[in-house]
Amino acid sequence: MTTEHLFDLQKVAKRFVKGKDSITIFDNLDLSINKGDFVAIMGPSGSGKTTLLNLLGGVDQPTEGEISFDGQRIDKLSENLLAKWRANNVGYIFQFYNLMPMLNAARNVELPLLLTNLSSSERKQSVATALELVGLADRAKHMPSELSGGQQQRVAIARAVVSDPKLLLCDEPTGDLDRATADEILKMLQLLNREFGKTIIMVTHDPSAAKYANRTLHLDKGKFVDRELAA
Amino acid sequence: MNDFYLIYKNLTRKKLRLTLTVFSIFIAFTIFGAVSALKGSLDSGIEMSADNRLVTVNKINFTVSIPYAYVNKIRAMEGVKDVTHANWFGGYYQEPAVQIVSMAVDPTTYFDVYNELVVPDEQMQRWQSNQTGMLVGARLAKVYGWKVGDRVPISSNIFSQKTGGQTWDFTVDGIFDAEDAKVDTGYMVFHYKYFRETNSYGGDNVGWLVLTTTSSDLNEQVAKSIDEAFANSSAETETSTEKAFNKAFLEQIGNIGLIIFGVVFMAFFTILVVVGNTMVLAIRERTNEIAVLKTLGFTSARIFKMVLIESLLLAFIGGLLGLGAAKLIVAAMSDQLARFLPNIAVGTDVIIQALLYMALLGLITGIAPAINALRLNIVTAFSRG
Ligand SMILES: Nc1ncnc2c1ncn2[C@@H]1O[C@H](COP(=O)(O)OP(=O)(O)OP(=O)(O)O)[C@@H](O)[C@H]1O
Ligand SMILES: [Mg+2]
Repeated sequence: MTTEHLFDLQKVAKRFVKGKDSITIFDNLDLSINKGDFVAIMGPSGSGKTTLLNLLGGVDQPTEGEISFDGQRIDKLSENLLAKWRANNVGYIFQFYNLMPMLNAARNVELPLLLTNLSSSERKQSVATALELVGLADRAKHMPSELSGGQQQRVAIARAVVSDPKLLLCDEPTGDLDRATADEILKMLQLLNREFGKTIIMVTHDPSAAKYANRTLHLDKGKFVDRELAA
Repeated sequence: MNDFYLIYKNLTRKKLRLTLTVFSIFIAFTIFGAVSALKGSLDSGIEMSADNRLVTVNKINFTVSIPYAYVNKIRAMEGVKDVTHANWFGGYYQEPAVQIVSMAVDPTTYFDVYNELVVPDEQMQRWQSNQTGMLVGARLAKVYGWKVGDRVPISSNIFSQKTGGQTWDFTVDGIFDAEDAKVDTGYMVFHYKYFRETNSYGGDNVGWLVLTTTSSDLNEQVAKSIDEAFANSSAETETSTEKAFNKAFLEQIGNIGLIIFGVVFMAFFTILVVVGNTMVLAIRERTNEIAVLKTLGFTSARIFKMVLIESLLLAFIGGLLGLGAAKLIVAAMSDQLARFLPNIAVGTDVIIQALLYMALLGLITGIAPAINALRLNIVTAFSRG
C-alpha cells in the first residue's frame, strides 16, 4: 500500500522508565507528514523534540501506538531490521556533525555505502557526486579537523544523502553555526527538498531557520500546539 | 574502504597508546618465547634420557670424582649391560668465553651406552686407535665449521698439562650425530687415557659413571646394589636413573618449572590488565562514534566484530613481534648456552602455544569492550555526550 503520507503516527506514547518512576514524554500523539514536505519542529527544551525525531528515525521505539513509514509499520521491527531500514531510508544530520575524526571527508561520506552492495568504483562515483552537491569536491581528502564547522556540516549532509534516502532527519543542524553559515546550510536543505524531493524533518530553536520549512510544528510538554502557525 | 580499513584507522588513531600497548604485549611474548625455549631445552634432556640408563655419581656431590676401579666392579654386577665413564674437561676454544662442552670418555664403551648416537664405522675405528683424536657432535662441528682431519686446540679452565700450559691439541677423527633432532650433539668427547696421562692433577679418577641395565625393570635393584657395594668406602656413590639425575641436576638450579610459571603468569596477568583496560577506555572514548555508526545502520553484531578484531589484531601484532624477538635472542644465545641448555630453540610447539595465547589475549581483552559496543544504545549514548 502506498499513501501520500510518508509518516503516520497513531496514538503514540513514549515513556522512559527510571527505577520506579516513569516519565511520560508523549501520550496519544497523532501526526502525519506528507511525502516531499519540509517540516520544522520547534519547542522549548525538554519538550520532546529529539525524542520524536528518534522515534521517526527508528533509533527508538514507542511505548505504545503505531508508526507507519510509507505504509509500512516500523514500530515493532527488530533491532536488526530497524538498522537495515535506517540504512535504506534515512539520512541523519546532527548538531555537532558527528564525523569520524580519523576518516577524511570522502571516507566519511562513503560510510553509509558500506551498508550497500555497491562496488568500490560505484561508491567512489556516489561520494564524488555527493561532495560535488555540497560544494566540497576540492576538500575530499581533508580530515574533519581541517574543516570549518560549516564545511563539516556540509560533509555530514553529503553523508546523509549519499545513499539517496527518502527522508532526512536533522536535529538542530545549524545550532552550532553562525547566521551566514546557517543560512547556507538551510538553503542546501531547501534545495534537497525542492530539487531532489527529499522529505525533511528538522528540529530547531531558531525561528528564522524554521522559515525555510513549509510547515512548522510547535511542541510543548509532549503536545503540538498552534499546529499550522507557519502555513 | 571496508570494515577492515575502519578497524585499522581505529587501532592506529592514537600512536603513542598503540605503541605502548604493543610494547607491553611484545615484552610478554618475548619473555614467554624465551622462557618456553629454556623450559623446552631443560625438558628435552629429561625426555631424551633412555629408560634403562643409570648414572652413578659421588654421594657428596656430582662434581666430586670416583675411583676408576669402580668401573670394572660395576661391570661385573648382575643386571648391568654396559658401563662407561666420563670426566668434565671444562673446555673452551681460543677464548675462555667460548666454552666447548667436552668430556674425557672411554672410547670403547661410550657409544655402546649412548647408542642413540651414530658414527660412521671407519671414523669410529680411526678415533679408537688415535689417542689424541676427538669425536665432535654434529651441532658443535657445524658451529665452528670443523671437518674430519682438522687439528683443533682446546683449552681447559680446570686442568693444566704436566708439561705446562692449559691447551691440548686434538684432531677431529669423526662426527657423531643422532636421528632424533632433540638429542644433544653440541659437545665433543676424547680419550680418557690421553686426559689421564697428560694432566698434572694425576690420579685415576672418573667424574661419573653411566651404565645401562639389561632391562629397565632392574633399574632400582641395580642402583641399590651398586650403592650398597660402595657404602662405607672412601667414595660412597649415589646411583639414579638418568631421568632422575637430569631432574635432580635441574632442581639444583631451582624449581625451574615454578619460576617459569611465575614469570609467565605475571607477564600475562600484567598485559591482560593493561591491554584490557586500554581497550575498554578506547571503546568508551568512541561511544559517540559507535552511536553514529549504529544510527547510519551498522548492526550491533557488525560493530561487535569490529571491536573484537581490533583487539585480536593488537594482540597478534605485539605477540608476533615478541615471538620474533624471542627467536632472535634465543638463536643468538644458543651457542653460549650450549653447556647447560642443549638444543635451545623456539620450537613449533612454543609457536603454536604462543599463537593460542595471542588469540586468547585478544578475545579476553576485546570481549568486554565488544559487548559494551554491542549493547550501546543510540539514544542514551547521544544524550550522554
Ligand atoms: N533516555 C532517556 N531516559 C530518560 N529520560 C529521557 C531520555 N531521553 C530523554 N529524556 C527526557 O525526555 C524529555 C524530552 O527530551 P528531549 O531530548 O526529547 O527534549 P528536546 O525537546 O530535544 O530538548 P532540547 O531542546 O534540549 O534538545 C526530557 O525531559 C528528557 O529529560
Ligand atoms: Mg534535543
